[in-house]
Amino acid sequence: MMSLWEYANPVKFLRLSSKVMPWAWGVGVSCLVIGLVWGFFFTPDDYRMGSTVKIIYLHVPSALMAINAWFMMLVASLIWLIRRHHVSALAAKAAAPVGIAMTLIALITGAIWGQPMWGTWWVWDPRLTSFLILFLFYLGYLALWAGIGNPDTAADLTSILCIVGSVFAVLSRYAVNFWSQGLHQGASLSLDKEENVADVFYQPLLFSIAGFVLLFFALVLLGTRSEIQLRRARALSLRGHTK
Amino acid sequence: MMPELGKYALSVLSAYGATALILSALVIYVLRRSAVAKAALAAQESSEDG
Repeated sequence: MMSLWEYANPVKFLRLSSKVMPWAWGVGVSCLVIGLVWGFFFTPDDYRMGSTVKIIYLHVPSALMAINAWFMMLVASLIWLIRRHHVSALAAKAAAPVGIAMTLIALITGAIWGQPMWGTWWVWDPRLTSFLILFLFYLGYLALWAGIGNPDTAADLTSILCIVGSVFAVLSRYAVNFWSQGLHQGASLSLDKEENVADVFYQPLLFSIAGFVLLFFALVLLGTRSEIQLRRARALSLRGHTK
Repeated sequence: MMPELGKYALSVLSAYGATALILSALVIYVLRRSAVAKAALAAQESSEDG
């Protein structure tokens, strides 16, 4: 039986990812286009939010991915710390720019939505504040990778930063449940059907979420491949210098 | 074809515009880094062969 750990081998990872990536790109872009076109052009206005409800198709999936990208980085970092598989450390590194972009989209679309609905672009609400701190953690994470010359040391220190930052990723997700104060409403999507948005918004939202998830997956696969290739090039370069 | 967005048109369109901009920048960044990585590895491998 194939073990998951076999894909910690860079050659096997590159082989498998080259087969999976075109599908992830194709299905991801298709889902994103279907979800956004459906949501933007073919759904009605909400009786309270008016046409700003259309921002949900961007804000909810990007916020979801901003938090889950960090959790993916956490799992990859733990694998690096425990089992020392380079592919996992490089996958965490590759996920960070995608996570930053998702966090930025969530923050910007949230502010644009908040201005007409709450009467303010920003408020120091628990969820918004923890999200901003998560964004700063993403920046710090990438700065740490860029600032340390030895890749293994960089992987060690960024993994520790990732574990610390996970507190804010959890807070970003559950802040509205921990504190009753704050402007941000509860989750738009939940396994509890009564808490979900109406079906007319829910269905295109699911496509949009699938699109963001698969786009994240495709970008992280491609990014990890690039990091593996750069690492290999660096190793060859060092070997050339020591000959 | 364009839906009637009413008084929130600017908000909705700027949210979609900002997202398109950020996603495009992200995809360009990842594709460029991929091209740089491939070129760096090819250069090293050819110098090894040579």
